[in-house]
Amino acid sequence: MKRRAVVTGIGAVAPGGVGREAFWDLLSAGRTATRRISMFDASAFRSQIAAEVDFDPRAAGLSAREVRRMDRGAQFAVVSTREALADSGVDLAGFDPGRVGVSIGSAVGCTMGLEQEYEVLSNGGREWLVDHSHGVPHLYGYMVPSTLAAEVAYEVAAEGTVALISTGCTSGLDAVGHGMQLIEEGSADVVLAGATDAPLSPITSACFDAITATSPNNDDAAHASRPFDARRDGFVLGEGCAVLVLEDEEAARRRGARIYARLSGFGARSNAFHMTGLKPDGREMAEAIRVALDGAELNASDVDYINAHGSGTKQNDRHETAAFKRALKQRAYEVPVSSIKSMVGHSLGAIGAIEVAACALALDRQVVPPTANLHHPDPECDLDYVPLVAREHRLDAVLSVGSGFGGFQSAMVLTRP
Amino acid sequence: MNTSTAGAAAVITGMGVIAPTGVGTEEHWQAVLAGKTGIGRITRFDPSGYPVRLAGEVAGFTAKGQVPARLVPQTDRWTHLALAAADAAVADSAVDLASLPEYEMAVVTASSSGGTEFGQHEMERLYQNGPSWVGAYQSIAWFYAATTGQVSIRHGMRGPCGVVCTEQAGGLDAVGQARRLLRGQSRLVVTGGTDSSLCPYGLVAQLANGHLSSAEDADRAYLPFDVEAAGYVPGEGGAILVAERPGPDTQGRAYGRVLGYAAGFDQSARTGRRPVLAGTIRRALDDARCVPDDIDVVFADAAADPHLDRVEAEALAEVFGTHAVPVTAPKTLTGRLYGGGAALDVATALLALRDGVVPHTVGPTRLRSDCPLDLVRDAPRERPLRTALVVARGYGGFTSAMVLGRGDRPAGDI
Repeated sequence: MKRRAVVTGIGAVAPGGVGREAFWDLLSAGRTATRRISMFDASAFRSQIAAEVDFDPRAAGLSAREVRRMDRGAQFAVVSTREALADSGVDLAGFDPGRVGVSIGSAVGCTMGLEQEYEVLSNGGREWLVDHSHGVPHLYGYMVPSTLAAEVAYEVAAEGTVALISTGCTSGLDAVGHGMQLIEEGSADVVLAGATDAPLSPITSACFDAITATSPNNDDAAHASRPFDARRDGFVLGEGCAVLVLEDEEAARRRGARIYARLSGFGARSNAFHMTGLKPDGREMAEAIRVALDGAELNASDVDYINAHGSGTKQNDRHETAAFKRALKQRAYEVPVSSIKSMVGHSLGAIGAIEVAACALALDRQVVPPTANLHHPDPECDLDYVPLVAREHRLDAVLSVGSGFGGFQSAMVLTRP
Repeated sequence: MNTSTAGAAAVITGMGVIAPTGVGTEEHWQAVLAGKTGIGRITRFDPSGYPVRLAGEVAGFTAKGQVPARLVPQTDRWTHLALAAADAAVADSAVDLASLPEYEMAVVTASSSGGTEFGQHEMERLYQNGPSWVGAYQSIAWFYAATTGQVSIRHGMRGPCGVVCTEQAGGLDAVGQARRLLRGQSRLVVTGGTDSSLCPYGLVAQLANGHLSSAEDADRAYLPFDVEAAGYVPGEGGAILVAERPGPDTQGRAYGRVLGYAAGFDQSARTGRRPVLAGTIRRALDDARCVPDDIDVVFADAAADPHLDRVEAEALAEVFGTHAVPVTAPKTLTGRLYGGGAALDVATALLALRDGVVPHTVGPTRLRSDCPLDLVRDAPRERPLRTALVVARGYGGFTSAMVLGRGDRPAGDI
């Protein structure tokens, strides 16, 4: 029988509160966590808003030494890992460490650490201090994003396959998909899979300002992330992390684990069209959805909910609406579709894993999270986007999709165990 | 031993090498066989004032003319190198891309640190002039997926693309992921990797890892397994490979086959457990259905750190016995190329298999007593080769091993 990967534990550090339950409370209440940027002085930027996490690393359980060593994104990942492990109840001491794997996604790695150290080494940009002793000893760990996966591996003493997957904004979905693959092919029995990004620093804001991708709605920060709304004006940057404990389904059942969801299918395609542009037909995303449904041995009519990429750019929202119609035909008009980015913003590579966590929780709680701030539907986006209010709904199979720079399109199907 | 091409999920049919040893596969290979080093004093910026002044630079490469003009200002040098190497690899494979379904071609590259030099320049603009000076291309040049995205677009490859960041193990892990895809629905994957972080910020960041050699003499700066081993020399470049699912169409085109692969993560320094390298090599051999005696040559990771060298030598001795298999590390001619390093080792190993010659390791003269290896030195060693093991380790614990088998491409003139 084919090995299947199931989610037995969820850890999250997301805007609106640290921890899985705080995250779900935000989503199910339809509250938004976007606000004026407080992490640095953003007054010189076009977009001055973000979905920030109120995160105190010491209160979250990290030692002073860990805090010094780790970039914020690594801190998120380790805290999420601990929560996910505790939630799953899995005892890793009972596993061969060589059968424990790690698959973490991140679009921009330790960008905050890199920028902070640049500022030190360049004396605020004024002069280059060639005395390398000005840099922190952890600078190399910031330079290589693999550190984020290594930190999770250290936390769980994993000796199996450990990887950092970095496919831009589909990193999170792709990293969970990679973890699923490791379980299915038999390379690992337990995988800590998820994604983290902490990109809220001047260089990130500046680079998205430069392409006017982010929302300049600085005066109404709490309502600035408006996917599928006619008045949307770009995405709102976010930060955060989700880590899942994946196990082989049979072994998880044998130990009586609580199973949130089965990862049933995954598909990835690329548009080979443009690094940032999307064709309006949604063809490659539709193909990724088809592959994910094939893997799950499901039909379009089996899909009960779509967790959309829903970034809140006009280009994206129309692209994926077309993709859903192309892949699911009539079913696209029947199922609820929502974007949690309306509440937690767009945390680049992390969001794909955060959205998979939301899907697993939605299956577990039988509730569809809403699309906040959706008051004036874009007439070209004519599906049921679950405006404003969460909805109780029978969910057996849900679809989560992501779309990112580089032209990457990914889709995952989760089913009720 | 698995000797049939049909059993292999991946054959390498094309390669594009851009390395300190040469721009172009044959130029690189001739330099390796001649023992000609690509390491020299850093010229890309003034290295005086830094404790490390040597690097393996790709001297003969300028993006202009080798990368589409529009893409030159949009991408970092790391991506320039990969775009040019990918063009060369696709041409070398002689594959007709138009004959393959677009969704069955993918790109999976390794990146260790993304567009470091591009990022440094944009941070300079940000801190010296302000946010509005940061250019529009920062968002697509700095991030680790830039190379895979650009190569996918350039060659119309719409399959499941990927980017693996496992520092210096990345080259093997990317090829390992390519093989996974070829076992699924993909028929061709452009893989391998490049890196280039030879700018002031890149060098300062690399210095922080504590593993760089501060030697001044290019011939004595990177001495793995030697009693004088004192770190490695950083380099830039790498190799892009075309991996295909074997079939009638690949006959006569394969440099070699990916017979086995395994990845592990070493935390012996933290946990007190045994290093994972020997176990990882054994798993790669098992995956290839090989026994140690089947392996004809080992391309070592060769960290040139006394502890890491000993760990590697002990693992090889544990699996193969002492002095039981020829071991080589041609990377002493290039320095360590990060995401490009293990990909280049795969390319060099495939050339060795093709031509039946083990390239020698230039530099080490007196091996440490705790490194009981048959390290091939002084001159290349000619002998028929069926298989090669490539070992790669990345900062923090990443550990990978790959078994390659000889292909059916005719030998070159050496």
